[in-house]
Amino acid sequence: MKRVYVNEAWCLACHLCEYNCAFANSGLSDMVLALKGKSIYPRIHVEGDEKISYAVSCRHCEDPICVRSCIAGALSKEDGVIRIDREKCVGCFTCILVCPYGALAPDKDGVMQKCELCLQNSSGEPACVKGCPNRAIVYEERGEA
Amino acid sequence: MMKKYVIIGNGVASAACIEGIRSADRDGRITVISEEKHEVYCRPLISYYLEGKTDLAHMRYRSEDYYERTGAEVLYGRKAVRIRTADQTVELEDGTHIPYTELCVAAGSSPFVPPFAGLSSVKTKFSFMTLDDALALEKALKPESRVLIVGAGLIGLKCAEGILKRVGSVTVCDLADRVLSSILDADCAALVQQHLEAQGIRFFLNDSVGHFEENTAYMTGGAVVPFDTLVLAVGVRANTALLKEAGGEVGRGIVVDERMRTSADHIWAAGDCTEGMDSSSGRPRVIAILPNAYMQGFTAGVNMAGESAVFDQAIPMNSIGFFGMHVMTAGVCEGEMYEERTADSLKRLFMKDDLLKGFILIGGNERAGIYTSMIREKTPLSSVNFDLLKQAATTAAFPAEIRRKKFGGVV
Repeated sequence: MKRVYVNEAWCLACHLCEYNCAFANSGLSDMVLALKGKSIYPRIHVEGDEKISYAVSCRHCEDPICVRSCIAGALSKEDGVIRIDREKCVGCFTCILVCPYGALAPDKDGVMQKCELCLQNSSGEPACVKGCPNRAIVYEERGEA
Repeated sequence: MMKKYVIIGNGVASAACIEGIRSADRDGRITVISEEKHEVYCRPLISYYLEGKTDLAHMRYRSEDYYERTGAEVLYGRKAVRIRTADQTVELEDGTHIPYTELCVAAGSSPFVPPFAGLSSVKTKFSFMTLDDALALEKALKPESRVLIVGAGLIGLKCAEGILKRVGSVTVCDLADRVLSSILDADCAALVQQHLEAQGIRFFLNDSVGHFEENTAYMTGGAVVPFDTLVLAVGVRANTALLKEAGGEVGRGIVVDERMRTSADHIWAAGDCTEGMDSSSGRPRVIAILPNAYMQGFTAGVNMAGESAVFDQAIPMNSIGFFGMHVMTAGVCEGEMYEERTADSLKRLFMKDDLLKGFILIGGNERAGIYTSMIREKTPLSSVNFDLLKQAATTAAFPAEIRRKKFGGVV
């Protein structure tokens, strides 16, 4: 199962992954229209301090506590990918309460969204990986279930 | 030999049990005894339904082909009345006996109604636990309805939120001196109460209904509250009777170990009817929350199917929103407190014995799961940069080696 991984040593904290994520999931084909002058709600975010930085997105856990905890049955795992049915989500934030990675956040309307590996948007492959200027973010198989 | 699995109850713990069984046994026969005449649905969404934020189709917990796909047979509208351990059968109200190899009691809880004087004179009254309760309440609601809700806990307040825009007025009373008394301390409860009052909900706290006379509640504090619709949300009791009568050990709930075994052979239990160990306090208690129901149910199912699973990280935790204000709590509020306040948020972290024991967050809940995981996993505070963590939940506060392990190693 391929996942998105980040090498802390290479992450520059440039936040480009956040913009590429927001664009890939905007449904628009023009990056300026999608992002310019707007608050963005990416499904990946850069964390860290002055010494180290790294981007965090859904780990697609083998034993996903978010899926098990979702009070709306909106989160599910199919073919190794944890997906959210945003029509079912009621914005209770239980997934935020339980995700040990802090990988989920709501959109501007309070509906949860999460990394689905760009499998269902126009990017077709993780946009954060494709656009990472220092190749700190990779999409690869590391033998986790 | 093909196993015969029987599950009493058809809520989330039951669905999780089916999924646990099927993770280990594709073939065994699964029979679910469901008093409610509905496929498994998201019980906590009944208030969202009344609020118009979801509908019956979206309240479905699993897909339409769920029972077909899992091969579970559900007996709808049937009630288990006895567990006969001698011949390993469950007796139904209609006299049917259902044999089991392994049995899971996932019978949930029932509303507890104190013996209020004059309650029988109230014609329009409801509980607020099930979809049928919500549908019945919905039918009674009119734009001019004056609703009195007895109980300012999670159920009562979510009900208040769900119906407020559809009725004339909502009044909530509780014997406790604050709202959400099971999860919030006085300061945090006051913030939530102010927010709810600003929406138009009226409260009588530290007060109780002395007696009812048809459509009037006479409060012990002296107030007289006229209403036309009454919702009783005082509390719930775990449904333990079946196991107790079968000789199993029960406290406030059915006593289970970390594999969800009860004290009776071949009988397991999961969900709101159980009393398990609260790993944050180290004391047994009923933790009637959906995540717990799922994890207990799944664990029970795996073990029933002969494989091994343990769930020993149960903690109380809630994420609950009211009119845009989000409240998150986890663990126990014991030990030293760290507090941060802003105009629209309040954070309280509780530390003891080098561990994070609990928290209350009102607003400001980004990445709160990092705190929750520290309670569940008993992460020593001395092993992390807790000064950084206090300010913001971030994995940057973990040592690099642990963080890399969490995130899957380095390239």
